[in-house]
Amino acid sequence: MFSFIRSALALCILAAALPAHAALKVLATTSDWGALANEIGGDQVNVYTATSALQDVHRVDAKPSLVARARTADLVVATGAELEIGWLPVLIQESGNSRIQPGSPGYFEAASVLSLVEKPERFDRSLGDIHPQGNPHVQLDPRNIALVAKALSERLSQLDGAHAQYFQQRAKDFDTRWQAAIKRWESEAAPLRGKPVVVMHRDQTYLCQWLGLQQVAAIEPKPGMPPTAGYLGQLVTKLTASPPRVIMLNAYNDPKAANWLSDRVHAPTVVLPFSVGGTPEAKDLFGLFDDTLNRLLAVLK
Amino acid sequence: MMSCKALAALLALAGMTVPVLGHAADDVASLRSELQALKDEYKTRVDALEQRITQLESAPVGALAEAPPAPQPTPAMGSSGGTGTAFNPAVSLILSGNYSHIDQDPETWRIGGFLPSDGEVGPGERSFNLGESELTLSSNVDPYFSAQMTAALSAENEVEVEEAFFRTLALPDGFTAKGGRFFSGFGYLNEVHSHAWDFADQPLVYQAFFGGQFKQDGLQVKWLAPTDLFIELGAETGNGSGFPATRRNRNGFNGATLFAHVGGDYGDATSWRAGAAYLDQRAEDRSFETVDEFDLPLTDAFTGKSRTWVVDGVLKWTPIGDPNRRQLKLQGEYMQRRETGLLAFDTAGSNLTDDYRTTQSGWYLQGVYQFLPRWRAGLRYDSLDSGTPHIGLVESGELPLSAFPLLLPADPDRISIMLDWNPSEFSRLRAQFDWDDARGADDRDRALRLQYIYGIGAHGAHKF
Repeated sequence: MFSFIRSALALCILAAALPAHAALKVLATTSDWGALANEIGGDQVNVYTATSALQDVHRVDAKPSLVARARTADLVVATGAELEIGWLPVLIQESGNSRIQPGSPGYFEAASVLSLVEKPERFDRSLGDIHPQGNPHVQLDPRNIALVAKALSERLSQLDGAHAQYFQQRAKDFDTRWQAAIKRWESEAAPLRGKPVVVMHRDQTYLCQWLGLQQVAAIEPKPGMPPTAGYLGQLVTKLTASPPRVIMLNAYNDPKAANWLSDRVHAPTVVLPFSVGGTPEAKDLFGLFDDTLNRLLAVLK
Repeated sequence: MMSCKALAALLALAGMTVPVLGHAADDVASLRSELQALKDEYKTRVDALEQRITQLESAPVGALAEAPPAPQPTPAMGSSGGTGTAFNPAVSLILSGNYSHIDQDPETWRIGGFLPSDGEVGPGERSFNLGESELTLSSNVDPYFSAQMTAALSAENEVEVEEAFFRTLALPDGFTAKGGRFFSGFGYLNEVHSHAWDFADQPLVYQAFFGGQFKQDGLQVKWLAPTDLFIELGAETGNGSGFPATRRNRNGFNGATLFAHVGGDYGDATSWRAGAAYLDQRAEDRSFETVDEFDLPLTDAFTGKSRTWVVDGVLKWTPIGDPNRRQLKLQGEYMQRRETGLLAFDTAGSNLTDDYRTTQSGWYLQGVYQFLPRWRAGLRYDSLDSGTPHIGLVESGELPLSAFPLLLPADPDRISIMLDWNPSEFSRLRAQFDWDDARGADDRDRALRLQYIYGIGAHGAHKF
């Protein structure tokens, strides 16, 4: 018993004596925040992304590998608004890392600098998987990314004061390129305005609002609830009367229900990357929006 | 816009009528000029409004989004969100219950060759049963500690403090300490609350070795290595109030538990965790009810050392990344226990005592496959080996072996299959069927259980 404690202590001392890495260790919950941390942090951050674009970020296992990353992280970049509530609290609790506890500078939530839409009027789980603070799928409006980028650069500067200038400069540079890209995307996307679309889950709401797409129906009857045969039948009746132009899917969605509906209402489906890495073209944040628009324009023009 | 014009017209009308009632022509003139001024002012306002509307209508995509993001960032609070933000603890309540069809009389259920572990063991009762209702409150206390309590309300209208502990938030270098009453951190299933089990009950080895789950009032220290490979070391001690230990009315620690877990990913789809643990415990007058060779009821007791090894492993394979669409979870645990000390026969009567030694082992292996969203199927195999105990009273010829019917060697086993349907993250309906040879290989019991589990309140977060 005592020899165990001795060797454990020896290990700790060894670990503490290891040279500290210059780069901040960032644990990002999604590939989008991972990509943004890299844009702002450059070579002064070492980013680990907890999930891929092929995962539903609401339902992720608190894997041992993620607990290990949380242990050494200097900064957790999360979406917030309860998107990661099923697993991130476990990682933080099990990490034994006081730097990333909520409320510490090492814990950053994108939602804290955004105003969310679709705040439920009633908190009742009979309404499905609702989020009291609003719709947390914020990354598909590029104007949100710009706001988060600014806040994130401030947070990085706070954590690593020696490189504050570096982070601010990179954030400024990113913002210039990003604002130019937003202008370009908005003019490219002009033909999409007002087009009726069907979405899978309410996680494309921000994209639809930004582009002026008209969300006429969702394949999920309630957030997080898979469609039943009866509900799909009603959808067919409703959509046959006023057909949508396209059925929008995310890379992580099971396409079965959407394909079934597509055959019946004679509207094509389009698979969108949803997050960085969701399609081969969506290599970074710019690629995410380039590819999303290209795929939409290909079917909606 | 229209209402502005209407208002202007109304005002104008009022302006026309009021002066008629007046008598002085001067008044009329001054009122007319005031009216003109009002008219002009409203015209400018209406024009401005119309202009703004035209501008907005011809604006580029995006400027008219239904709900543009707020341009003024609010200060980052780093809030954990939702629950707990108003100083209220997160509250969650788990309700469960079942309908059981059990072939043999559940009163006669026992694990052959093993001393009773007086916990929540066995197949339960027949027909409809309310399960335990678990009420959990949790919150951060301050920047340094968090606290959590789970009260279990039993179907027999008893309240048990299942867990009540504090945990540190701010220890340096990967250390966490926990104190109070809590499920021990060894193995895989020991720490898992019953509502999160993949089967309706614990594996036989947990029932035989720990009466279901091991907990005591005590202290735990854990350390997580600062490596990309998950390495966790833990040590616990306490008052020994859980089987196989007993409280001993002495100061100081009663027993020690050491455990280690290692885990990581193998490729994109596979995650694993493996562990080993050692429990060094003491029992004093750990009594159990039994019968003698003439079938007369009496009480025996064990006093001595109990040492247990536990090896555990779990592997999750998630081929398309989303555990809700398809996932295979394999887990297994092996335990071995050596008990050495004294066995007292008929403590209330003849009270004969002599030495006692036993080595017992057991394991289970189970697989649960999520084959469709919401649907999971599982298979579990349990196996126990009671070994052949050394009983001093029998070897000295003082008593026949039949005076200890519970200690007759046996190798119980059981096969369980289950199917569950999970309409949402908060509800689960399950069917489980057991071929249960716990009593012994020639004494099979069959049990069907239909179970419900509902969770209300705060959204739970589960460990791997």
